[in-house]
Amino acid sequence: MINPFAPIGRVVIGVLAEIGRFAAFVGRAVASCFAPPIFVGQFWRQCAQVGYFSLPVIGLTAVFIGAALALNIYVGGARFNAEQFVPNIVVLGITRELGPVLAGLMLAGRVSAGIAAEIGTMRVTEQIDAMTTLSTDPFRFLVAPRVLAATLCLPILVAVADIIGVMGGYLVAVNSLHFNGAIYLRNTFQFMEPQDIILGLTKAAVFGFIIATVGSYQGYNSQGGALGVGRATTNAVVGSIVLILAVNYLITAFFVE
Amino acid sequence: MSTPKLQLIGIKKRLRGRQVLDGVDIDVAPGKSLVIIGGSGVGKSVTLKCALGLMKPDAGQVLVDGADVTSMPAEIRAKIMRKFGMLFQGAALFDSLTVWENIAFRLLYADGVSRKDARERAIEAMRKVRLAPEFADVRPIELSGGMQKRAGLARAIIAKPDILFFDEPTTGLDPITADAINDLIIDMVRDLGCAAVSITHDMASARKIADEIAMLYAGKIVWRGPASTIDSSGNAMVDQFVAGRADGPIQAVV
Repeated sequence: MINPFAPIGRVVIGVLAEIGRFAAFVGRAVASCFAPPIFVGQFWRQCAQVGYFSLPVIGLTAVFIGAALALNIYVGGARFNAEQFVPNIVVLGITRELGPVLAGLMLAGRVSAGIAAEIGTMRVTEQIDAMTTLSTDPFRFLVAPRVLAATLCLPILVAVADIIGVMGGYLVAVNSLHFNGAIYLRNTFQFMEPQDIILGLTKAAVFGFIIATVGSYQGYNSQGGALGVGRATTNAVVGSIVLILAVNYLITAFFVE
Repeated sequence: MSTPKLQLIGIKKRLRGRQVLDGVDIDVAPGKSLVIIGGSGVGKSVTLKCALGLMKPDAGQVLVDGADVTSMPAEIRAKIMRKFGMLFQGAALFDSLTVWENIAFRLLYADGVSRKDARERAIEAMRKVRLAPEFADVRPIELSGGMQKRAGLARAIIAKPDILFFDEPTTGLDPITADAINDLIIDMVRDLGCAAVSITHDMASARKIADEIAMLYAGKIVWRGPASTIDSSGNAMVDQFVAGRADGPIQAVV
C-alpha cells in the first residue's frame, strides 16, 4: 500500500539534508577565511571582480532608483501636503532598504552567477580535483577569497550606491520638482542618523556573504557537464535572491526592535 | 619482497545505488608502471580517485609506502599526497592562469617558491616534455590537445613525485601525438624512478607504457600479469577486450 505521506517526507528530508550540507559548506568556508595560507593575490583579484567591476551596474541602478523614488514620494506626499519630506524619505529609503537590497539583488545576478559558473566549470572539468592533487585546498584558494571579497566589498559598493541614489533623488527634486538644492541637501543630512547607515552597511556585508557562499556552494557541488553548470548558476541566483530578501526582513526587524 | 609504493586493498565504493568497486586489490612497486584497462564505466576513474584521496572508499585501505592513508588525519594525509603527481584526462589546466603558472602551481601556492624560481623550473619542465618555452605566457585555451597534455604532464612531474597517475593519457589525441605522449610517459617514469599507475582503454598505449597490466571488470580486478603476456592471458574477458570484439563474456553497453 502506498503511504500518502511518503513523498512529503522525502521532500522534507531532502530539504533538511540540503540545509545541512549548505551549513557544513558555510562552516568550512568561514574556517578557510581565517586559516593560513591566505591567498592574498586571489583576494585582491576577487575584490576587483566583485567590487570594482560592479561599480557601473550599481551606480546606474542607484541613480535611477533614487530618481524614481523622489518622484513617487513627491506624488504620494502631495496627497496630504507633505511634499517637503521628499529628501528625508529618499535618504531613509535608500540607506536603510533600497541601497543594500538592490545592490544585493544586482550582485546576486552578476557575482553569484559568475562564481557558480566559474567554480562549476572547474568542477566538471576536474580542475578542482587537480588543485587538490597539487596540495592546494580549493576552499582556501577558490572559496575563501570570494567570500572575504564579497563580504568586504559589498558595504563599500552600498556606500557608493547610497551617495549616488541620494544624488539621483536630488537631481530630480531640483530639476523637475523645483526644490531648492541647498535646502534639499540640508534636510537630507539633518534627517539621516548613524544607525540608518549602520543598518544598510550591515545588510550589505551579510548580503555579500550570502552571494559568495551560495554561488560557491552551487558551483562546488555542480555535476553533469554544461547542464549541471547551468543548473548551478540558476540555483545560485535564485537561492541568493530568496535568502537576501528573507535575511533583509530579519535584519530590519532586529534593528527596529 | 620490497614494500609496494602504492597498494589498494579491498577497495569498495558504491555510487548512486550501484556497486562500482567491489574489492579492488592492486599494488605497484617503485620504478614500475601498472596500467589498469577496462571498458567505459567499470570504475577505472573511481579507482584512481580513491587512490588519490579525491574520493573516500566505503571499505578497504590505500597504503602509500606501507602506511594506510585512509585512516590518517587530513594534515598528515596531505603531506603524503605531496608524493603524487597526476595527469588528468582533459589535462585539467586552470583557465585563468598562464601555462607556466599552471605548471608551477604547486610550487607557487603550496611550496611557497618565489615566482622567479618557479617560472625557471616551469620552463625546465616544459623543455622536458618537449613543450616550447614560448608557450609559457599563453593561456591553456590557446594550446592544442596534445600540447595541453604535455603541459599537464609537466605540471605532474615538476615537484618530482614518487607516484605518477595517468587518467586516459592518450584519449582524444591522434595516433602520432598519442605515441609521443606515451614516449614522454616512459621517459618521465624512467627519469624520476617513480611508480606509475595509468588507466586507459587504449591498448596500444597500455602495451607501450606498462610493465604490468590489470583488467578491471564488475568492480574487481579479473586478471593481472606482465604486459608481454596480455595476448596469451588465458582469460576470456581480457581476450575479448584486447581483440575489441562485441561478442564474448563482456556485454557492450550501448
